[in-house]
Amino acid sequence: MLAHLPVLQVILPLIAAPVCILLRRATLVWLFATVVCVLTFAISVVLLVQVMGGEPIRYELGNWVAPWGIVYVVDSVSALILVIVSGIAAVAMPFALRSAASEIEPDRLYLFYTMYLLCLAGLLGIAITGDAFNLFVFLEISSLSSYTLISLGRNRKALHAAFQYLVMGTIGATLYLIGIGLLYALTGTLNMADLAVRLAPLLDSRITLAAFGFIVVGLGLKLAMFPLHLWLPNAYTHSPSVVSVFLAGTATKVSLYALLRILYDVFGVRFDFEQQPMSALFAIVAVAGLVICSLVAMYQQNVKRILAFSSVAQIGYMLLGVAFATAAGLQASLLHIFNHALLKSGLFLAVGCLVLRTGSSQLANLSGIAREMPWTMAAFVVCGLSLIGVPATAGFISKWYLVSAAIEKGWWPFAALIVATSLLAVIYIWRVIEVAYFRPASDRPAGSPPATEAPLSMLVPTWIIAAANIWFGLDASAPAAITARAAKALMGAGG
Amino acid sequence: MTDLIIGLYNYWIVIILMMVGFYIVMSRQNLVKSLIGLNIFQTSVFILYITLGKVTGGTAPILEKGIKLYSNPLPHVLILTAIVVGVSTTALGLALVVRIKEAYGTIEENEINRMDNES
Amino acid sequence: MRNHLVLRVIAKLLIPFILVFALYVQFHGDYGPGGGFQAGVIFAVAFILYALIYGLENARRVMPPTWLRAGTALGVLIYAGTGIATMFLGGKFLDYSRLAHDASHGQHYGIIAVEFGVGLTVASVMVTIFFVFAGRQRLTDEDPDEENGA
Repeated sequence: MLAHLPVLQVILPLIAAPVCILLRRATLVWLFATVVCVLTFAISVVLLVQVMGGEPIRYELGNWVAPWGIVYVVDSVSALILVIVSGIAAVAMPFALRSAASEIEPDRLYLFYTMYLLCLAGLLGIAITGDAFNLFVFLEISSLSSYTLISLGRNRKALHAAFQYLVMGTIGATLYLIGIGLLYALTGTLNMADLAVRLAPLLDSRITLAAFGFIVVGLGLKLAMFPLHLWLPNAYTHSPSVVSVFLAGTATKVSLYALLRILYDVFGVRFDFEQQPMSALFAIVAVAGLVICSLVAMYQQNVKRILAFSSVAQIGYMLLGVAFATAAGLQASLLHIFNHALLKSGLFLAVGCLVLRTGSSQLANLSGIAREMPWTMAAFVVCGLSLIGVPATAGFISKWYLVSAAIEKGWWPFAALIVATSLLAVIYIWRVIEVAYFRPASDRPAGSPPATEAPLSMLVPTWIIAAANIWFGLDASAPAAITARAAKALMGAGG
Repeated sequence: MTDLIIGLYNYWIVIILMMVGFYIVMSRQNLVKSLIGLNIFQTSVFILYITLGKVTGGTAPILEKGIKLYSNPLPHVLILTAIVVGVSTTALGLALVVRIKEAYGTIEENEINRMDNES
Repeated sequence: MRNHLVLRVIAKLLIPFILVFALYVQFHGDYGPGGGFQAGVIFAVAFILYALIYGLENARRVMPPTWLRAGTALGVLIYAGTGIATMFLGGKFLDYSRLAHDASHGQHYGIIAVEFGVGLTVASVMVTIFFVFAGRQRLTDEDPDEENGA
């Protein structure tokens, strides 16, 4: 069975989703989905170990050989993404038991878990596939299920947010589809490795350029690249807490991964950064996103919204690393994908606990909450420090790599900018901490229910993530080794 | 010049439909209308793919004796998948519109935005 | 539309042919144009037509939502199950050649099984979508065509 792990990685949650529909009983479905998520995570870890110990793994579906059939490719880059996605999904499941039950109508719970597993299957599929069109299909599987997941939020604004995301997301996916269609017209193939080979002599063609533009903008919409991020804040704010955890930790990162795959493996480094001004574009977009969205985050009154804008800002760091066009910069980006998944899902987990007990994520409702929910807020602080990039947290590691990459490249102002924007993060995280720790509970609006500490089933996942933030801050050798190899693989492939 | 316009008429149709759809999505306040625009936008891509698959003088790609030249079936298969995705998107979008109508009492985006900002 | 004799008779006449045509498209899909997607939609059309003419309640009696839900799930499971079966027969996922001693026969069996799964899911989903939209309670009365329209 070991040889089949790449395909099991995707089809396990895919098969489990319809089984959830047949099971129907909410608790039973939850138990089943949890087992599936944990198994999926185990598979991804085994794959990562296999890949780090040897060559990339290829799996031909239906035994159709590469350019004709669909191939799943697990290399160090995709293995890393698989571990992140399935790991966050597995950690969020125990949390979902109480959190989802309190925020989603009971007769819809089994559908929620079905959609969750479908979304997981889609995200894993994007990470593992070596076929450009297959990527589109998985992109849409994950997107359609995430629109549904977001619309399950209690507030009616969730519906509007989901609709906006649906329109923007569909435009993004369709633009990607146009790009792939143009590449197919040019080369007659959809396999990424084959595309790269056949595209090499055609890079000057205007069709290549058009396809490149469509794909970058299309995936840019999906990954919430700065001016295309408008769907994200509402979607993350109004979705049920578990969905925020899962999507904030994975969705945009997987889209960024897809963009990197296409940029490096199909078009190649030389085309992206020497013939096309991708360095400048990404740098501008990254800086604008970092500064503007961090500033906007400072003025929000809803914790989830603060974190959502911070997510857009943090994508700036990842794009900035790519803009350096060096292996070190790319490694910093990949590291930040990993660390940001950890810290942002940790923050959303803590907020999920707060929402369960206070019924709201408005700052005004959280005055003095730290006295009643000390463990939850402590986890929030740990992950918040990680977001800021304080030493001995995971967030510090990726910023350290990013600053070193900026210095190595000789882009001094960017190194300064990374530090400056971290200070903006201090401000918006501090606002939450100040309210939660230093305001009296009497500041809450009249009629707020008294809060108690969150149940263990939610605290444990929160603290697993918080502890991981500290662990990977103290000993980053594993993620550093993986990302170093991944960056080398990406830079080398197109060179 | 005539070659550019008439010889490539299918591409012109694709471009026109694409822009019409995109404009409708961007400009309409009515949620159903923007979904219609989205559909037109997607349809233009379907036509683009089908255009790509056409081989001049080729017949339908069915295995028959005596037929050598046939259209490329792959784009058709790809676009069948994309059509299914489009149908799902439309169904989900309309379902959301129905729920929005029930929750807000309107499907005009500016009114919904106003209500969102008030609460 | 229950009172239109012409519509009722024509529908009764048409529905069996639609169903048979759907089955033809379904099972001819491995030789010629056709397959699960198209067949599923055509199959669903028969039920949707029935619901339009004879009313939603009767249609729900013919095709209970529980069956539809099961059909949606089972179709995907048949598809994936075929793939898993080929894995247990020593091949890769969806390697139909393993399903029979002769590789080309195996491809036949495999594609028929998979297309059947696709058809089942598509038909169930299409009918479900129609039922859900049609069964939604109208909250407003600004739709005067409601009585004689759909």
